[in-house]
Amino acid sequence: MNTTRELIEAHPFLAGLDPSARQRLAGAAHRIHFLPGSAIFAEGGRADRFWLIQDGRVRLDLHLAGTGPVVIETLASGDVLGWSWLFPPYRWQFGAVAVDPTLALELDGPAVRQLCDHDPELGYELMQRFMRVVVHRLQATRIRLLDLYGQP
Amino acid sequence: MTTPIPMLAPRPYRVVHRHAETADTVTLRLAPVGAGLGAWSPGQFTMVYAFGVGEIPVSISGGSGPVIQHTVRAVGAVSRAICDAPVGSVLGLRGPFGQGWPEPPPEGDVIVLAGGIGLAPLRPVILAGLNEPGRLSVLIGARTPADLIFTAEYDRWRAAGARVLVTVDRAAADWTGHVGVVTTLLAQLPAIDVGRPPPTGYVCGPEIMMRLGAEALIAAGVPPERIWVSLERNMRCGIALCGHCQLGPLLVCRDGPVVDAGHAARLLQHREL
Repeated sequence: MNTTRELIEAHPFLAGLDPSARQRLAGAAHRIHFLPGSAIFAEGGRADRFWLIQDGRVRLDLHLAGTGPVVIETLASGDVLGWSWLFPPYRWQFGAVAVDPTLALELDGPAVRQLCDHDPELGYELMQRFMRVVVHRLQATRIRLLDLYGQP
Repeated sequence: MTTPIPMLAPRPYRVVHRHAETADTVTLRLAPVGAGLGAWSPGQFTMVYAFGVGEIPVSISGGSGPVIQHTVRAVGAVSRAICDAPVGSVLGLRGPFGQGWPEPPPEGDVIVLAGGIGLAPLRPVILAGLNEPGRLSVLIGARTPADLIFTAEYDRWRAAGARVLVTVDRAAADWTGHVGVVTTLLAQLPAIDVGRPPPTGYVCGPEIMMRLGAEALIAAGVPPERIWVSLERNMRCGIALCGHCQLGPLLVCRDGPVVDAGHAARLLQHREL
């Protein structure tokens, strides 16, 4: 799987999306490789992109004074990385670092926002998909708040 | 003089090996001093007596021949005393009690979902399921990397054909494994092929983890009647006499601890229980 088009066709986040919509998204996307340990973005940085992970793993982390980075979550193949590009102030809340050699599709945030503004149908479809991801992660976070492994 | 009911009289077992799994969890191998208990099956438990302190139910995490292995987390006075038992000391054991894990059908994959100390009663299931490459998946969750148990065995399980995936709730940057809730590991397994016999799921951990784990397995396509969970209740007598472990119509020490997920869901979501 080499081309941007093939990656867009294969990624579950875009499964079932209208082919013409996928074609327009492909115009705002390119494939990218991250080496293990490379920083994809840093906390507080400008959020102007997002990624559809095809292979590999990425960790989200948060730097705590005195203890260094704490890993919040690991994202893997099939996951979406980054949604701070969607809303002002367009700043990353966490940092992201590749854990493994990672292949992803990088999408230009402002360009995708513009596509959504011009085509509300596509915008609604993408927002629904992002909401599903956000809700899923919120639920996973709530479950972790229960301290699942606290007592047998 | 009265004769004690055999299953109520603890039999002496000597600690012959001790391994600290984590800061608060210890695996003990126990050999009988004289006549031992009868044969056990995976998922059963014994009542372990720290003489002079008290008695608690502990799942069997392994063993061979007359030797029984228990993995205990120190959460109270009795479990602390058991964890502190040095090699050469003697504990009392009664049992084995309860219904264990049913064997998986000959066809279909096996998914083991374990949270925290819940991996201990599932270890015999894992060992029995090795050497069938690709059939067994073991998904393990813990609070932190330091809370994982049996870590020295994961590579051996992998080498014997199991897919072993590990996640923790939080970790420092030097942890290269997964971080996230244990059910998210299901997404890393191959999709369930509806044309093949369905998988069998074994879930063990704290109650909330088992409930969510069973729900996630069902959502992934595992039939509820092929998902097994191990209920934890206040077992005392072990022989369904005292009623301390009653959960609705079940006396968990006799009718459990292993029950199917459909049965467990009805009981665990009942507010009055």
